[in-house]
Amino acid sequence: MVDFAGWSMPVVYDSTINEHNATRQHASLFDVSHMGRFRFDGAAAAEFLHGVLSRKVTNLKPDQIRYGLVTNEAGGILDDILVYHLIDHDGTPYHALVVNAGNREKIAGWINDRLASLSGAAADVTFKDETVDTVMIAVQGPKAIGIADQLADIPLGDLPYYNGKCCQFNGTPAMVSRTGYTGEDGCEVVVASEHAVATWSRLMEIGKSEGIVAAGLGARDTLRLEAAMPLYGHELSETINPYQAGLGFAVHLKDRSFPGRDALATLKKEPRKSIRVGLQMEGKRAARENYPVVAGGNPVGHVTSGTFSPTLQHSIAMALVDPAFSESGTEVEIDIRGRLQPAKVVDLPFYKRPS
Amino acid sequence: MKPEELKYAKTHEWVHIDDTSGDKIATLGISSFAIEQLNDLVYMELAPVGKQLGAGDSIGEIESVKAVSDVYSPVAGEVVESNEGLADNLDTLKDDAYGAGWLVKIKVSDDAGLAELLDHAAYEKQCAEEH
Repeated sequence: MVDFAGWSMPVVYDSTINEHNATRQHASLFDVSHMGRFRFDGAAAAEFLHGVLSRKVTNLKPDQIRYGLVTNEAGGILDDILVYHLIDHDGTPYHALVVNAGNREKIAGWINDRLASLSGAAADVTFKDETVDTVMIAVQGPKAIGIADQLADIPLGDLPYYNGKCCQFNGTPAMVSRTGYTGEDGCEVVVASEHAVATWSRLMEIGKSEGIVAAGLGARDTLRLEAAMPLYGHELSETINPYQAGLGFAVHLKDRSFPGRDALATLKKEPRKSIRVGLQMEGKRAARENYPVVAGGNPVGHVTSGTFSPTLQHSIAMALVDPAFSESGTEVEIDIRGRLQPAKVVDLPFYKRPS
Repeated sequence: MKPEELKYAKTHEWVHIDDTSGDKIATLGISSFAIEQLNDLVYMELAPVGKQLGAGDSIGEIESVKAVSDVYSPVAGEVVESNEGLADNLDTLKDDAYGAGWLVKIKVSDDAGLAELLDHAAYEKQCAEEH
C-alpha cells in the first residue's frame, strides 16, 4: 500500500504484469475512489461549467460525458477532468465532474472562488464534493461490460462510449459510465460508500469465471501508458499548455470565454517549445521520468513517463521534445542513468484495442 | 544454500563466504523478500568478470515494472564469475533466490564490510519492520 494524495492505495495485488494482462485479455477491477467526484445542481450549473472549462458543456446531451481541461489564466493545465451531464434517479438533471485526486482540493477551491463571484440567475448553482460519500470502481477489459451488465438494471452494452446513466447496480442506486483509463472497453461504477465492499465483492464473484482480477496502481499506470493517456504531474502540469501536451482537441476557443482562453488563443498560433511524443525502445530497460532525450549529443527533451510495456514486450515512454525531433520515425537516444539507449519516435497510442 | 546460514546487507543482498580454496570467495545474491518486493522483474545487468569493486560499489542493477534498483557489494574485490544466463531467466530469482539465482562471485580483497552484515534472524526482523 502507498500513500497517494492522502489515500492509502495498493500498487499491486499480485503482479503488475498479471493484472495488466488480465485487463487486456479478460477483465479487472480498480478501486478508483480516490478520484475527486463533484456534483453541480441548479438551473445555471451547465452555464457555470461552460464558463470555466476548456470544452463546451451547454451542448452536452443528457447522459453524455466529455474530456476537458481546467486551465489557468496563462493557459497552463490545472487539471484534466471528465464532465458529465446526468439525469438523477428522480429525473432531475445535474452535472458532475471527475477530477484527479491530487488536484481535488485545488480545483474545489478554484470552483468556490468562481462561484463566489456569480450573481443573479447565474448564481443558481450548488456545488458538492461527494468524493468521500461515494466510491468509484472501474471494471475494465474486453469482458468488463458482460460482467457488469449482470448487475445493472439497464443494458450496459447499449450505453455508448463516454455516456453515463443513473441506474440500480447490485440492487443499490448507482451511476454507471462507459469510461476508463486503460485503453480497454469497460465502465466505471459510482455507489454510496456503504455499498463499496458488497459491490466490489459481487463483481469479483460474477467475474471469476471470466478471469477477473483486482488491479492496482502499477497496472493502472502501465495500461494508461500503452494507451498514451496523459497523467497529471507527468504529461500535464501548470507549466505545460494543452497544445504541447497534444490535447488541442480538448480546447474549444471559438465564441468561448473561460479562464486562460485568450492566452490559449495566442499559444495556439505560436511555435511550440516542446511537444509530447511517444518513444519506443528495443530493450526492456525502462526510461523513467526526467531522463534526458538526446539527439546528436545534445539534449532535446525529457521523458515524462516510461515503463516496460507488458503487451508490446519492450520499453515505451512519453516525452516532451523539441518539435524538430517530434516526427514519427526520428531516431533519438535516451540517457538512462549515464548510458545512451537508442529510441525511435512513434505515433501514439502505443496500443489500441482491437475493434 | 540455506538462507539461515547466509549473511545479509540492510540493502537486501545475501552473502556467502567460502575460503576452502585458499582465496576468500564471496557469492552474492538478493533475498527472496527483496525479490518479492520488487515484483515483476523485467531486466537485469551484472558487473562483468574482471571488474574491481570497492565495498559498497554497485554490482549491477535490477529493474522491475515499477522501479530500478542497484545491487551493492558489501566487500571489496574482483568479480571472478557472473551468473550469465540469469538475465534471460529472471524467474530463477523468484524460484531459487539462494541457489541458482546467485548473481556474482567476488574474490575478496577487503572483507571489513562483512562486520556490518546481519545474520538471518536480524535480517528477518528488519524485513518484518519494513513490510
